[in-house]
Order: sequence, then structure tokens, then C-alpha cells
Amino acid sequence: MTEMVHGVAPLASGDPVLPRWWRTVDKWTMSCILMLFAIGLLLGLAASPPLASRNGLDPFYYVSRQAFFGGVALAIMLIVSMMSPVLVRRLAVLGFLASFAALAMLPVLGTDFGKGAVRWYSLGFASFQPSEFLKPGFVVVAAWLMAASQEVGGPPGKTWSFGLTVILVALLALQPDFGQAALVLFSWGVMYFVAGAPMLLLMILAGVVVFVGTVAYENSEHFARRIDGFLSPDVDPTTQLGYATNAIREGGFFGVGVGEGQVKWSLPDAHTDFIIAVAAEEYGLICVAVIIALYAMIVVRSLLRLMRERDPFIRLAGTGLACAFGVQAMINMGVAVRLLPAKGMTLPFVSYGGSSVIAGGIAVGMLLAFTRTRPQGEIGDILGRRGR
Amino acid sequence: MIRRPLRPLARVLRARDEGGNPDAIAAENLRLRHEEMRDRARARAEGRLLVLGFFFFVAFLTIGVRMGALAATEAEEPRAVANGNPIINQRSDIVDRNGRVLATNLDTHALYAQPQQMIDPAHAAVELARIFPELDAEELLEDFTGNRRFLWIRRQISPEQMQQVHDIGDPGLLFGPREMRLYPNGPIASHILGGASYGREGVDSAEVIGVAGVERYFDAWLRDPANEGQALELSIDLTVQAAMEEVLAGGMTLMEAKGATAIIMDVHTGEIVAMASLPDFDPNDRPRPLTEGDQSDSPIFNRAVQGVYELGSVFKIFAVAQAMELGLVNAQTLIDTRGPMTWGRFRIRDFHDYGPQLTVTDVIVESSNIGTSRIALMIGAPRQREFLGSLGFLEPTQVEMVEAPTGQPLLPQQWSEISLMTISYGHGLSASPLHLAQAYASLLNGGHRVRATLVRQDGPQEGERVVSEEVSAAARSMLRQVVTRGTASFAEVPGYEVGGKTGTADKPRPTGGYYTDRTISTFAGVFPAHDPQYVVILSLDEPQQFVAGENRRTAGWTAVPVAAELIRRTAPLMGLRPEIATLDPTGVTQTASH
Repeated sequence: MTEMVHGVAPLASGDPVLPRWWRTVDKWTMSCILMLFAIGLLLGLAASPPLASRNGLDPFYYVSRQAFFGGVALAIMLIVSMMSPVLVRRLAVLGFLASFAALAMLPVLGTDFGKGAVRWYSLGFASFQPSEFLKPGFVVVAAWLMAASQEVGGPPGKTWSFGLTVILVALLALQPDFGQAALVLFSWGVMYFVAGAPMLLLMILAGVVVFVGTVAYENSEHFARRIDGFLSPDVDPTTQLGYATNAIREGGFFGVGVGEGQVKWSLPDAHTDFIIAVAAEEYGLICVAVIIALYAMIVVRSLLRLMRERDPFIRLAGTGLACAFGVQAMINMGVAVRLLPAKGMTLPFVSYGGSSVIAGGIAVGMLLAFTRTRPQGEIGDILGRRGR
Repeated sequence: MIRRPLRPLARVLRARDEGGNPDAIAAENLRLRHEEMRDRARARAEGRLLVLGFFFFVAFLTIGVRMGALAATEAEEPRAVANGNPIINQRSDIVDRNGRVLATNLDTHALYAQPQQMIDPAHAAVELARIFPELDAEELLEDFTGNRRFLWIRRQISPEQMQQVHDIGDPGLLFGPREMRLYPNGPIASHILGGASYGREGVDSAEVIGVAGVERYFDAWLRDPANEGQALELSIDLTVQAAMEEVLAGGMTLMEAKGATAIIMDVHTGEIVAMASLPDFDPNDRPRPLTEGDQSDSPIFNRAVQGVYELGSVFKIFAVAQAMELGLVNAQTLIDTRGPMTWGRFRIRDFHDYGPQLTVTDVIVESSNIGTSRIALMIGAPRQREFLGSLGFLEPTQVEMVEAPTGQPLLPQQWSEISLMTISYGHGLSASPLHLAQAYASLLNGGHRVRATLVRQDGPQEGERVVSEEVSAAARSMLRQVVTRGTASFAEVPGYEVGGKTGTADKPRPTGGYYTDRTISTFAGVFPAHDPQYVVILSLDEPQQFVAGENRRTAGWTAVPVAAELIRRTAPLMGLRPEIATLDPTGVTQTASH
């Protein structure tokens, strides 16, 4: 249908794939991602030896694993970014169906690794978390449905995608994994927002959120304690958050020096949820500022590129992927500096985790595929071909 | 919503008329509408994407700024926030009536381990076992190498032990400051003080709580920081207490008694100047309560306050005093003492046959059960019960010890006439020696009720009147004569004019009835008799003395000599000046000037 409306991209069919890819891909975003991955490996060198020593493994066991998975992820990212949006969509829908089935089977076949929530499949050499792979697939499917609803006489795609979202959130909340559920809901909300959510609905939604938040705060002791702990200016220094905050202070502007950090020895989640604290302690504010800038660059640049995109599916899917990526990083770092209430979430591409980094590679590959430069029919606008 | 038709009918009809293709017109129309919709959507999406981009930019900027703000501040040492009530140290001292320390605090340390931080657990375990012989090196090593993150090793260690542990040099062995309750006088006044132990314990401090005696009774006060280190002043006189315990221990050994107790009480203020119960213990190392057997055999049992006994003939003075107060008799009234006296199936006997009748004074002096019973019959049970109640015999003493409520007197279930008679000579009603002390003080101080107290008082207690001044003086006179010519002749201490009454009570068998060879021998006295200052109660549990070919168990042979020694030792300590009458041929008695 895209071709029907805009005409086929004016590229010779014999044009080799690689040069075309290199010409059209967003090289800035790609370099940012590569740099993030490099920083992730560097921080892994700092943060994971304590974990390895606790588990009685070689000090750089986790680093080498991360390098291996990261290599796989980068390869996948490159391959995916070379695909056409249609191919990406088809594969993503298949991937979504597969991971949805995997997610639904979790209560039967999954394992909780003693952490209380059944989120993983144990594959022997590695664990596999379906919800990580579900997210990019879901974004593509939802974008597809919403884009279809923008056709004249198209299906009610927004409603369908909302139904899908509700089912997914329910499945994730059952695990329970409220972090991923919130991410799924957030990506759908962002896509719906860009796809043209009515202003009135947005305002009502904001009102409902405030109301529910207030009711929950007044009625749920657990929730209130979390919020109070977040609002109070003093943090108990013996909590994970306290250690993280302290590590950031300890690091100052230039850090305490490579390998000199202490927080990685005290925090059980130093290599995942609080890796930014390790970065801040050992390499200082400079390193953290670079990391933040990289994430901001990837997200904002992708969003700006998508503004020019005329295909609603590509626009929506790209938006969803970029925002899911960005908000995950934002929450992770926001928690560490106590701008947000405590919630375990990994820092994409930097935190340790096999399935997380591969799923990240897939998502970013898709994002790159969607943000590639494409003919957008601007000439037609100029020539007034479309008779407006 | 108004729906537009998919096919623009007017144009389609016209095209049909002109022979054109209506489908092309419909397709063209559809394309235009589609594009219009897309343009609208794209314009809106552009704006909203811009909003999103701006949102993310601001969010990341905020995080960056916040990171910078955090990085610019100084780090704090991680330290647990004290939650709940902080543990307050500085328990107040306890001092005697002259400010001498009975209980104080000593800074010491507790030893604990954090095995995760240990460098050489095996070495540390061996060294610890060497320093503290009661520890086992293998068990320690097991604790140090297991999953434990924290364990207490010793609650209190001496400075020398601390230095030795320090010299092990293991960073996993740590010291926590402690305040330790110290009783510098050892077992002296042990039952009064009770003891203390640790309550809530933290690494930085531990709560010292009283477990018995005044430590427990005044626990809240002693721990109250509002007192600002002010000491608790007891009525005890440490020197008198020490002398009493020495004399009592000697007497107990000499009389082969299994237990002993003594009380010296100020007759006007009710202050307990000294109170002892043997066997005793060291409150620095308070023994655990017995898990089986009779609690009254435990050294922590306070015979003076917790023990209730039938105290025997020392009660006779109450019947006589009440009869005089009621005007039924006076000191010279003759009482029928022919025996044995039969009342229903009971028979009341005297130790000796005192002939057909005795004066009321001689009933006391000779300690006639029959005479006292006859006087009691004149009084009647309800009035006797009321009078004993006014002396405090019907309820536990209210002395400031946590054990006081357990000293509940045992009263007859029915205060019948036979109870009336037996109670008049001290059987059938069990009370603690402290009950007896406060009753004697009330009766003999001029007739004002006093209540026993362990807290230093500023002036005499002005309790309700129990007997008149005259009756009180007459009672003292009778008690004085018991010493000068009666059963308590060994109690004479030159210069102190001791008056008192003996009491020898057969101990009741747990199965009913009384032992014939086990007694509680009691001396209850007052001195000086003409100007009463102190009441002394001394009681020996199962004493006997082999004198003149027979085992003597009566108080006159056992409790009285010990009490005399007690008065001889303690009266000067309490500032009483002996009044010596010289053998002046002119018959003029010189008294030491007051």
C-alpha cells in the first residue's frame, strides 16, 4: 500500500545492499549505539568481577559473556537495519507471535531462578526472558494496527492494539513484572499519542492518573511507603539507593579511579540496575554525562528523523521503539539519582544480561531500519502533483 | 459524525452520462481523501513528535543536572539511621542514705564478630579460645566460616581481654561500647538491689534493665534521662547493712540454721535501715531462679519480704495492746492461766505451768499462750481482725521492691474463735518479717501507723493512730521487762535498753500439722525502750543450739543472742549513745548528756 501511494523508491534494483545501507542509515545514531556498547563492556569490567567472585567464577567470566552476546547483538542489529520496513514488519510480527506464545507458556515451563517472579526460560548455557523480545515485536504490531486504522475504511486498529496491550500488561503483571508491563503500556501510549489521540482523552487520562495515584497513596501502605521514601530528602544510606547515591557523590566529577570503586562490592545489582552508580563512582560525572548524552542523542535524533517520515506505520513503529529505549534508560538513571521511585530496570546496552542485550540489538536494528533515509515524496508536494 | 459517501454520486452520475469511467472517479476521490487524512495525521504527528523529543531532551537533561548536583556534594559514611527508640544509657546510680554507692555503671565493651570481614578465621578462633577458656575453637570456626554475617562472642569483656583480642588483629572482630551495672559491695544488700541485665542490644549500646528488687521497681525512674544522673537515695545505711550481714551469717552458722533474716527499721519514718536475708548472692552475677523444688530455698528468695511465716509469740503483744486500748485490761489485770485450756477439740498448752493466774504484764513476760488466748477471747475475732488490719497484716507490704506483692499474708479462711486464739499467740496467720517490723514500729513509736519504705525519708510518717501513747508506752514497758526478767534475757545490751519479745513457732508441715523439731525462732525488739528509735526483727530458720545437755530451739536460746549481738554492733553505727548507769552509792543515776 505504501508503494501504491508513494510510488516505488527510486532505486535501481541492481544497487548493492551495503552501499545503499551505508548511504541511508543514520550514522550518528549507529555510532552512539556502538559507543554505548563499548562503555557497557568497560563498566562490565568494573562491575561484574565482584559478582563473579561471589559465584566462584573467573573474574572476567561475565565480561567475556557480555562481549560474546554483545557481538551477536551487534551483528543482529546490523542485519536487521539492512532490511526493508516491510520485511522488518513481517519478521517482527512473526517474532511477536513466537515470544507471545513463549510468554504465555512461562507459568508452565519457566523458572524464577529463586527470585520470586517467573520471567525466564533456562536454556542451560543462558537464560532467556521472552518479555525482552516481546517489546520490539509488540511495538511493530501495534504500529501496524494503528497505521492500518489511518486508511480510509481501515480496521479499528487503535482499539485492537489497545486490547492487545491490555492482554500483554495483564500477562506481565501476573509474573509479576511491573517494570516491563509499564514499558509496554508506555510504548503503546506514546504511539497512540503520535497516532493522534484526542486532546480531551489525554486530559481525562491525566486526571485519572492523578486520582488513582492519590487513592493508592492513601490506601496502600506499601505504595505510600515507597512514595514517602522517594519524597523524603534523606535516604537511608544502608539501602541500595543509599549506596548508589553515595557512590555518585563519592565519584565527584572525575571519579575515584579505575578499579578503585567500592559500591560494586556492596550492591547486589551493581552490574545491572545500578551500573550507572558504578560508572559515576569510578569514572566520575564525565562518564555519566557522556552516557546520558548518548541516550539523549539516540532518542531525540531518531524522533526528529521520524518527523519527516510520511509512512504512518514507519513513523509509529519508530516512535515506539525509540521511546521504549529512551524511557528505559531514563527510568534506570532516574532511580539512581532519586528522581524516580525505586524500580528495577536495566540500562539498555550497558547493563549485563544476555537476552536483554540481544533484544536491545534487535530493537535498535529495527529503529535504524525505520530511520533510514527514504524518498518521502517531497518532490510531489513541490510539484503539486497531489492536487491539494 | 457525518459520513461522507465513498463515491461522489454527482460526479459519478455525470461521468456515466458522458460515457466516462465512474470507477476512476471513485478511485481518484478515494486517493484525495486518503491523502488529505494523511496530511492531517502527519501534521499532528510532527507536532507531537516534537513534543516527545522535547520531553526526552528535558528528562535526560534533568537527570544529568541531578547527577552533577549529586557529584558536587560530599559523600557520607554509610551509617544506619537509628529507628525506633534510641537506646538510652546512663542508668542512675543507687546510693545509701549517706551517699555511698550501692550500684553504679562501668564502661566496658562487648565483643562481636563479622565473619564476612575476617581475614584468618582459623587463627582468630584459636586465639579467642585461648583468651576466653570457656569458648570452643571448633565451634567458633564453624560460626566464622558459615553463612553468618554477625555474631556476639562475649557480652562483656575486661580491658585486658579487650587488649588481647585487639592484638589478634583481625578486622572481623569488633568491639561495641557497653555500660555494665556494677555492685561494688558484692553481696551486701543483694536482695534489696536485685540485679540488672541487658535488654535491647545494639552494636553501639545496650539497654540495662533491672531484673529484681529496687532495680526493677524503680527501673523507669533509673532509666529516665530527665533525672540527669541524679542518684536514687535508699534508706539503707551501708555500714549497718554490712554489720548486720556479718552478724547474721555468724549467728546462722552458730545456730546451725538453714536460713536467717533480719530487719532494722526506723520506728518513726518506717525507713528500712538494714535488711538482710541469708543465704544471699552476688547481684553482679545474679543466679537463675530454681527450675524445680521450693523457690524459698533459692538464694535469690528474700525471706524478709517474700517469705511468710507463722511467727509465734511475738504476736502476743498485739492482743495485749489491743485489750489495753479497748480498756478490757490494764497491765496489772490478773488473767486465768490454768491449763491445759480446752476449746472444742483443741488444747492450748503453755511451755511451763505458770500457776492459776498471771498479771497481763507477766503473760507477756512469761509468754503464756493460755493467758493470751483468754485476753483474745475478750476482744473477739472481728475486732482482732480489724486491729491486725490497721497494723498492715491483711495485705502485702508496700515496700518499694518488685517482690513485695508476693509477700501476701496467709489468713485463716474463717476467722473463728479458735483462729482468734491461735492468732493471738502467732499461729494461724502467716506474715513476712517485714510485716512484723512495720507493725512493731507502728505499735511502739507512740501509736502512729508507719509503712515500710526503702527510700530515704525527710521526716517521720504521720500515719493514722493505731493505739494511744499510753498503751504504746505500756507495751514498751512490758517488752522491756521481757528482756530484764523474761524469755529474752540474752537480749540485754548495756546502755541501749532493749525491749522485745521472743517467738518460737513450730514450722507447719506441707502435708498438714506441725513439725515437732523444726522451728522458726524470732526476736522482735525495740531500742531504746523509753525513747524508741529502731525496731529490730531477727528470725532464724530451723536453728538449734546444744546447751546444757539438750538441743534448744526456742528463740531465747537462738535468735535472741544473735539479735543482741546485732544491736551491740549496729546501735553505735546509727548514732545512738549508750546510757550507762554508774553504781553510785547515793542512788543518783547519771545519764550521758543528750
